[in-house]
Amino acid sequence: MSEHSGPLAHHFDDLEQQHEAAELGTWALLVTEVLFFGGLFAGYAVYRHQYPAAFARASDSLNVQMGGWNTAILLGSSVSMVLAVHAARLGKSRALGLWLLATIALGSAFLGVKYFEYEHKWHDHLIPGPNFQFQGVPGGHEQLFFGFYFAMTGMHAFHMLIGLGLLVWLSRRAFRGDFSAQHHPWIEMVGLYWHFVDLVWIFLFPLLYLIGRHA
Amino acid sequence: MSSSSPPLAGVPPRAVPAGPPGPTGKPAIKDNYLNADYGWKSWLFTVDHKRIAILYLLSVTFFFFVGGAFAVLMRLELATPEGDLVQAETYNKLFTMHGVMMVFFFLLPSVPAVLGNFLVPLMIGAKDLAFPRLNLLSWYIYTIGGLFSLFAVVSGGVDTGWTFYAPYSSTYSNTHVIATALGVFISGFSSILTGLNFLVTIHKMRAPGMTWFRLPLFIWAHYATSIIMLLGTPVIAITIVLLALERLFQIGFFDAKLGGDPVLFQHLFWFYSHPAVYIMILPAMGVISEIIAAFSKKRIFGYSFVAFSSLAIAILGFLVWGHHMFVSGQSVYAGLIFSFLSMVVAVPSAVKTFNWTATLFKGSIQLDTPMLYALGFLGLFTIGGLTGLYLATLAVDVHVHDTYFVVAHFHYVMVGGVVMAYLGGLHYWWPKMFGRMYPEFLARIAAVVVFVGFNLTFFPQFLVGYQGMPRRYHEYVEEFQVLNVLSSAGASILGLGYLLPMIYLTWSLYYGRKVGPNPWGAKGLEWEQAGSPPTTFNFERTPLVTEEAYAYPDARPQITARAGHGGRHE
Repeated sequence: MSEHSGPLAHHFDDLEQQHEAAELGTWALLVTEVLFFGGLFAGYAVYRHQYPAAFARASDSLNVQMGGWNTAILLGSSVSMVLAVHAARLGKSRALGLWLLATIALGSAFLGVKYFEYEHKWHDHLIPGPNFQFQGVPGGHEQLFFGFYFAMTGMHAFHMLIGLGLLVWLSRRAFRGDFSAQHHPWIEMVGLYWHFVDLVWIFLFPLLYLIGRHA
Repeated sequence: MSSSSPPLAGVPPRAVPAGPPGPTGKPAIKDNYLNADYGWKSWLFTVDHKRIAILYLLSVTFFFFVGGAFAVLMRLELATPEGDLVQAETYNKLFTMHGVMMVFFFLLPSVPAVLGNFLVPLMIGAKDLAFPRLNLLSWYIYTIGGLFSLFAVVSGGVDTGWTFYAPYSSTYSNTHVIATALGVFISGFSSILTGLNFLVTIHKMRAPGMTWFRLPLFIWAHYATSIIMLLGTPVIAITIVLLALERLFQIGFFDAKLGGDPVLFQHLFWFYSHPAVYIMILPAMGVISEIIAAFSKKRIFGYSFVAFSSLAIAILGFLVWGHHMFVSGQSVYAGLIFSFLSMVVAVPSAVKTFNWTATLFKGSIQLDTPMLYALGFLGLFTIGGLTGLYLATLAVDVHVHDTYFVVAHFHYVMVGGVVMAYLGGLHYWWPKMFGRMYPEFLARIAAVVVFVGFNLTFFPQFLVGYQGMPRRYHEYVEEFQVLNVLSSAGASILGLGYLLPMIYLTWSLYYGRKVGPNPWGAKGLEWEQAGSPPTTFNFERTPLVTEEAYAYPDARPQITARAGHGGRHE
């Protein structure tokens, strides 16, 4: 049905209107995402307040080094994403593709570190459920902390996977030369999304790993 | 009768361009979105907002009758005090599936996804919604979600009530909670995408001259709705995720036995589900504004008040969720504040109701079918809204909490409000959607049947609830039988009232009288500038808007609303 003539979709008057629509739509989607994670943050806050000691103990057992490295890696990926968007605005397709690849590499490194963190938790019986044990003791409210830990970091990792999929698709298109300085709408949208996912981690890291630490 | 009145003077006759020759050599007539293309692919892969609206119309109707079938069985069971037709467990599944189907798969998408989808671009002078493919995707997501939940019914049902309260839903129920909730989760994304599409479309796609204060109130209502869809729906999504995680891994987010707090579930659930009530009623209010203006031939009294009351409802609606938890162990102070705020949110609804009534004053009123539904809405919504104030009062709520009084209250708002408006809107825009008129006489009878049947069904429930009959039981003490029999009798009349439109509207698709672009002589771009049915891209050329909404010729001088400035790129 849609008869595309060039980059302008049939139902828009001009490219400016189309870009503005895409940008507003992305922001609206991100607002939705804030509320989505907001439910998790609210629940976490409630139980952290209700069981401060258990949450502090459980938080202490997280690996701050891994979390810290991951924070650095993810911030690095945001920098490379910014540079990718910059390259797109200048119309430098090859630089765009390379920066996207760098972002993909850093994002994958984050997930790799996350995988090893999860694996350690598995070995230490810290996966919530019937077999949960915290330092040899089954049950306990530490389980609730790890419930939130896996729900929040898992949901974050899931968002990163979606982002990585989009980045792979965009980098292929970039090397194919699909984007120009005037028209590269998906780049900016995915860029916003990627920064948002980073920002979620910037809140998760101190909340889960750092607050109330005394070890 | 207005349906036979000629189109307003000044409406240009729509040019009918002869399409390119078809494969058979004859020129194929392609003068509207319905005959632009044929075959199932042209529907299932369409990106035309009007065709997607028709797809939604079919799905929504399907789920409405599924949800209605559960209600029929419930009312049959309740005709006698003994639990003789179905067992208690079956009855639990019946009211759960009735609620799930009606709330998530009928009421939420009915007005916005069918009428909104069709009309938002037409009313603001755009060729389509901002993201047509996303729009189609949202229909697929919605339908898949609905079928998913329906699958849960076929394979054994679910008995938690549509509210999925934990820990019963997460720990104790042995029914298909996850499958049903997953269906709700999936369809939530459809709601988010629809809201996103409307928001961006209304911001960025308005025709030149269509300033904010020239927008029809239907658009204001949908704008407010889209804000709630975007801010509320993700919260129910994450709540369902947590519920599923608790059920699968026994994490204890909500189960007190595992350290969680069941009231947290209720907070999260109602943080979405109370605003969701406004997702249902706000678009319905938009429909009522359009119908009242068109059939009084007057500008809506206090246009800007009605417009801003939609936004006020959207904002205040997020601050009242705690009134569902007055007896759940919520703190007394929270209860006080939620009680106060719940009364405050009634103010913008009352503003609308008074302004609609004031619009009728000295209007030239025509009692065609859409207007009958709109007037019915005014009465029923007033009863539903005022009984809401009873429930917002802390002490009264303790007495009537979880009784049929509550059931009657929200059915007056949801069925007496939303369904009446939906049917009214469907009749009003039916000639626009299909280019043919429904049989007016039959339709008026059906509207009256719906009104009578509705009141007979639900008014006795106020009484029986106030006397203390609790909701969600399949048997009751004998004293309540008279009122319950009345209610069941009313339900059968109401059911007939809903079947009638389905039959004659379908009939009219083939045999209805063909009509011109503006059979009601109504104002608005969809009537004055687009054909019936409209062409695929809605308008021959982009409309230029030069007047206020509802600029009906009026004997008295118009009090013009504050004109906003700026055009589409604002």
